[in-house]
Amino acid sequence: MCATKPEPRHEQRGDQEVPGPGWKAVLAPEEIRRALSRIAHEILERTHGGEGTVLLGIPTRGVPLAQRLAARIGEFEGTPAPHGSLDVTMHRDDLRLRPARALQRTEIPPDGIDGKTVVLVDDVLYSGRTIRAALEALGDLGRPRGVQLAVLVDRGHRELPIRADYVGKNLPTAQREVVRVLLEETDGTDRVLLGERVRPGPDSPGSPGSRLGDGARPDGGDR
Amino acid sequence: MKRHLISAADLSREEAVLVLDTAAELAGVSARPIRKLPTLRGRTVVNLFYEDSTRTRTSFEAAAKRLSADVINFSARGSSVAKGESLKDTALTLEAMGADAIVVRHGASGAPHRLAGWVTGSVINAGDGTHEHPTQALLDAFTIRQRLGSPDHGASGRRGAGLDGVRATIVGDVLHSRVARSGVLLLSTLGADVTLVAPPTLIPFGVGGWPCKISYDLDAELPKSDVVMMLRVQQERMTAAYFPTVREYRRRYGLDAGRMSLLPDHAIVMHPGPMNRGVEIAAEVADSPRSTIVEQVSNGVIVRMAVLYLMLGGVEGNS
Repeated sequence: MCATKPEPRHEQRGDQEVPGPGWKAVLAPEEIRRALSRIAHEILERTHGGEGTVLLGIPTRGVPLAQRLAARIGEFEGTPAPHGSLDVTMHRDDLRLRPARALQRTEIPPDGIDGKTVVLVDDVLYSGRTIRAALEALGDLGRPRGVQLAVLVDRGHRELPIRADYVGKNLPTAQREVVRVLLEETDGTDRVLLGERVRPGPDSPGSPGSRLGDGARPDGGDR
Repeated sequence: MKRHLISAADLSREEAVLVLDTAAELAGVSARPIRKLPTLRGRTVVNLFYEDSTRTRTSFEAAAKRLSADVINFSARGSSVAKGESLKDTALTLEAMGADAIVVRHGASGAPHRLAGWVTGSVINAGDGTHEHPTQALLDAFTIRQRLGSPDHGASGRRGAGLDGVRATIVGDVLHSRVARSGVLLLSTLGADVTLVAPPTLIPFGVGGWPCKISYDLDAELPKSDVVMMLRVQQERMTAAYFPTVREYRRRYGLDAGRMSLLPDHAIVMHPGPMNRGVEIAAEVADSPRSTIVEQVSNGVIVRMAVLYLMLGGVEGNS
């Protein structure tokens, strides 16, 4: 959770690879669907009907997840929740560890975020650094009444005092393992996979030297 | 991104599109309540200007400050340059102060190239003599993509798009113009068809090797243009009689309302500024809705933010 997910052309993530036999499916399409429905219900419960709630997805895969949650909320309550995207690249703390990255879309619903309850949506929660960057980016956009966090997978290994309010699945992992979220919108299929890094990867997400040049990042698309 | 930006030819199509896409995202920052990003905190950008400049220097300064970099402005006037200090010594002095990037404008073509060999930081060419001005070309390309981006025209304003099929006509003092040289190189890299229109005396030697066509007849080119870029007649660089009188130049190569009506309806009129109103461009054209002159200035800030971010935002010394 601590790196951006760069655009596909950056080719650092290996999303395009067909998951091989070493990958274990931890969430099937219908499990992802149920998890999102449950999170949508929880959001409605916690925000008392979703009034004044804005869902902001963190690119890349947080954005379609936020869209789906907003649509679910619309089905349940009749009025879809406003949703958008929040690019956190310019606020990352690891910018200087890698070549400059392409920026992703930031789209804030027309009513803005002032006085709203913002639910940040991302695919995997790992070190917590992306969320820290997202909180800073939000501060430049306005002053929400509150900020909550929804993730599809929480894989542990936090490096900052951050926790999720809504979790699709708690997935205990070892740091050498990689969690890969595939979504219909970005990858053509819904699936969450768990695998092991093929090459001897960085021992810990906090060791900057080992991150460079290593395609499999502890915190990027493969997490 | 490369370490230095000396020439528009340094940029591949992919890199140029990346700059435009990054700028498109940064454009949103100008509309926010807090127009500042923390990205270059702790980095120092030096503006080293040996020639007068309003928009380029202030635009680089604003861009660096919006990214939270520290900015040191250095103009040759009132500095040790007046006492005879060389470019190299000045540059080494500035580097000893911790400059991560030097934005340089110099009257001598090739000065930024020399500078890049002396310093360890990044060098960004902000105009060298009659050679190049790559960030101006980038902001022009960005403005064209933004304005002609509707689906009716060749170029798409969407992410990842170049300027394929856009017909750009660059008119005027090509000989002295670094904007023209960088513009030809960058626009053709992005897929545009570029035509230069100028009096034969103001066409540089060796232009046959440039990726563009040459014409001497403005009226014939205007109906086939999506973009007309008027260049300033650079009287301060003119050491010989390149045309008989200003009046004659205006009659043959100046853009007035009558000539503007020859353009297709969607076409835009650009000028890198500063303008000589009444010489290369009539006031009514400069102030018309087709003119992008003010947009070019505001786009200049966001395009330079994109360049600074891509050159300084990542690993130090990345390639």
